[in-house]
Amino acid sequence: MSTTSTTQTLPTNASIERPRSGTWDGGNEPFKASYGKLMMWFFLLSDAFTFAAFLTTYGLMRHRHLAYTGDHKDFVFSSAYWPIPDHVFNSFPGLHGVDLPLAFVALMTMILIFSSVTMVLAVEAGHRMDKADVQKWLLWTLLFGATFLSCQAWEWSHFIHGTDAGTKMLDGTIFYGANLQMNQYGPVLFADLFFFITGFHGTHVFSGLVLLTYCFIATTNGTFEKRGHYEMVEKVGLYWHFVDLVWVFVFTFFYLV
Amino acid sequence: MAHNATDHTQPTGEIQKPVTGWIWKTFFVLVGITALEFAVTFIMDPSTFRNSILIILTIFKAFFIVAEFMHLKHETKGLIWTIMIPMALLIWLMVALITEGSAIGEAIFSAFK
Repeated sequence: MSTTSTTQTLPTNASIERPRSGTWDGGNEPFKASYGKLMMWFFLLSDAFTFAAFLTTYGLMRHRHLAYTGDHKDFVFSSAYWPIPDHVFNSFPGLHGVDLPLAFVALMTMILIFSSVTMVLAVEAGHRMDKADVQKWLLWTLLFGATFLSCQAWEWSHFIHGTDAGTKMLDGTIFYGANLQMNQYGPVLFADLFFFITGFHGTHVFSGLVLLTYCFIATTNGTFEKRGHYEMVEKVGLYWHFVDLVWVFVFTFFYLV
Repeated sequence: MAHNATDHTQPTGEIQKPVTGWIWKTFFVLVGITALEFAVTFIMDPSTFRNSILIILTIFKAFFIVAEFMHLKHETKGLIWTIMIPMALLIWLMVALITEGSAIGEAIFSAFK
């Protein structure tokens, strides 16, 4: 630094000696967030693009098909128009044959929002270096997350097996439930998008559970306490809230509108 | 609910009492908006107007999750814009492709009418 160059005019001595300390000169955090948290935000941004692509595809395909125009009560499944979600998702475990539109998905939504709350509580406990509280809230989050995933498994199973009556397909046979090529609820793409969108979301919930399990083990072993901070819980928390956030959109665009 | 903080002492010193009021407030806001969404879905007949209400309510919910739970409201302006600007572009993507979907549907169902 202090060697003199003969090829250029030099600034005054004082400004050479002073270390470069601008915002982007290194050694500090321009966004006042740690590297790990910042990268988690950027990962979540890219993940948001993926989910947005899925939901946009749903919107495109829904508008490419005809909409059901008759009376809401007279709705029957047909591949001629896009189904009304109230009539597809209207069953509840243990209440066979009862028409409860969107009741189960409402329960699932509540479970996921609640798991988000217990996650913030875990992060908050981490700020206070309260190991026992972090453990407690991580366990609650794991429990609600696992419950949500089980509910989704039931939802999938019901969707795949179909209703008692089934639907008469164009070739005259009765078809029950759904797969990627055929479904009783409406156009082929309706079931495909159901599997892909809720499946991709469910995979995210599963990854979240794996990360939460890791956090719980590391908290119990005192890893974070020795490290002096619970930032890992915060980062996993960001991911978990994102999963909840995606569900908020899936819920509206897939089940409500 | 969250006031059962541990009483065993830790080598690092006193553990503070939890401050969770804002968390439960956000939770009740989210539950309230979800309940409202349900009410709107079942009371109103399907229409573009109803769907617009639902989408606006969803964006409110998203705001509370991102701002409070994910703490983005309390980050620096630079980080907030870094996240928000690309997300705003997605609205454009969605509007453009849904319009495209209607155009494809139109071409398929009414081209030879």
